[in-house]
Amino acid sequence: MDYAYYPGCSLESTGVSYHKSIVEVFRALGLGLHEIEDWNCCGATAYMSVKETVSFAISARNLAIAERMGKGDIVAPCSACYLVLAKTRRFLMERPELKSKVDEALAAAGLTLKCKCAVRHPLEVLVSDLGIEAIAAKAKRRLTGHRYACYYGCQMVRPERYFEEDREFPMAMDDLMAALGAEEVEFPLKVRCCGASQMVTNEEVGLDLVQSLLECAHARGASAIVTTCPMCQYNLELYQDKISSRAGKDLHIPVLYFTQPLGLALGCDPQALGLQHHTVPLPQEALILEEV
Amino acid sequence: MAVSNLTDHALSPGTLPHSERVLRKAFLDQVDDIPGGEKLRKCIQCGTCTGSCPLSYTMDVSPREVIARFRAGDIESLLRSRTIWTCASCYNCTVRCPAGIKITDLLYALKRMSMDQGIYPKRFPVYVFSESFVKMVKRYGRNWEVGLMERFQRRTTTPVLGLFKSMSMLPIFFKLFRRGRVNIFPKKIKGIRDLKRIIEKAEQMERPVERIEEKRPTRVVGYEAIGS
Repeated sequence: MDYAYYPGCSLESTGVSYHKSIVEVFRALGLGLHEIEDWNCCGATAYMSVKETVSFAISARNLAIAERMGKGDIVAPCSACYLVLAKTRRFLMERPELKSKVDEALAAAGLTLKCKCAVRHPLEVLVSDLGIEAIAAKAKRRLTGHRYACYYGCQMVRPERYFEEDREFPMAMDDLMAALGAEEVEFPLKVRCCGASQMVTNEEVGLDLVQSLLECAHARGASAIVTTCPMCQYNLELYQDKISSRAGKDLHIPVLYFTQPLGLALGCDPQALGLQHHTVPLPQEALILEEV
Repeated sequence: MAVSNLTDHALSPGTLPHSERVLRKAFLDQVDDIPGGEKLRKCIQCGTCTGSCPLSYTMDVSPREVIARFRAGDIESLLRSRTIWTCASCYNCTVRCPAGIKITDLLYALKRMSMDQGIYPKRFPVYVFSESFVKMVKRYGRNWEVGLMERFQRRTTTPVLGLFKSMSMLPIFFKLFRRGRVNIFPKKIKGIRDLKRIIEKAEQMERPVERIEEKRPTRVVGYEAIGS
């Protein structure tokens, strides 16, 4: 199976380990991943709050190029990119007036858009196209003793209906980790917002939100938090020093991308999965896994 | 007092002042672009949105009250509220609303209108953040985080303080840098010219903005206002 791949800006810098681990995991599972040629920023929530038509138009450029490549559905790992691209596609399909404006803008660059390629999150792609059982059958190692708090964040599960998961209590990632041998951790804050860019624009509020997530993960005895979004990963990992000192207790915990434990189970090399990029590293003993 | 000095609002109570009519039209035009936007009229003021919002405790106007104020004909106060800037776009309100109202998208529309009207405090962080982000995308085609943060810190305060604030980012910057998670230099996409053409064209098709005049407080109220 082949997919068009939209990494997004974060996966080139702060989220580089997400990029590395996705590429590794898709290769290990025999799925083709074809980066969208010369993709541009999706616009994120920031552009959306400045200019409406422009924000849809720049997002649509990526959809148009992916369509031209003809490699199938678009895989967007960053929750914000996923949401923005999927939302753009839906708005353009349901609002012809908006579509004609965007078409005209795209024509200025010689592009056309038929909205043929669906926009999907890699977690959903793996779980629906391959299935958890098929993935577990390919595992070479067991994640025994690992206790992952599966954190879905907000933008991936919420507004777009392409992801047929329970919006209030999704289980896809929990089920996947459990099938790979990890111990289940009940994490009630799994879809609570991490604050996203509030961490920059309104830090106290951002710290509050992240602190409640870290406290919950600790209280539930998690050994790591597993995320699906570079923004969540960044907020949850990079502010642990600050939050620990403001909370008056040690709240440090490794924060991984779901593709990293999955990659470890599939027998990928920890370096290739980008584990060296994390500031709160997974302990060495956690990398020693029993063979299946 | 001459009648010609009075606003139509004072003359015929119950109708909206001119500025509100302008804002209302601009808002409803934007609502038209949202699939399902028309459900706005089905709000039952239940407060599920406010109760579901992880940030409502920091807002001056709750999401439920946003709709109430729109109905009451007071969009201008919404454009001046902290609420529209506090929303983190987590969409919990939108997903849970029993009437299917696209609250997050409504807040986006209000945010855009507030920027269009120039109604927000100078150096306001959320505005500067969005505006800096847009600059990066226009210049390079992708977001360059280092440039974004530098511009953001500089623009949200005075130059000297800005330098100091940029410095305060250094610990996190070095942490990321040591782990190979920072792009020191921006990366421009090859098709930046194409992207600029798309942006230019799309900007021309953005709806024209009618600016409202600043509300001027008046001491003349009640019957005095209509000259009896």
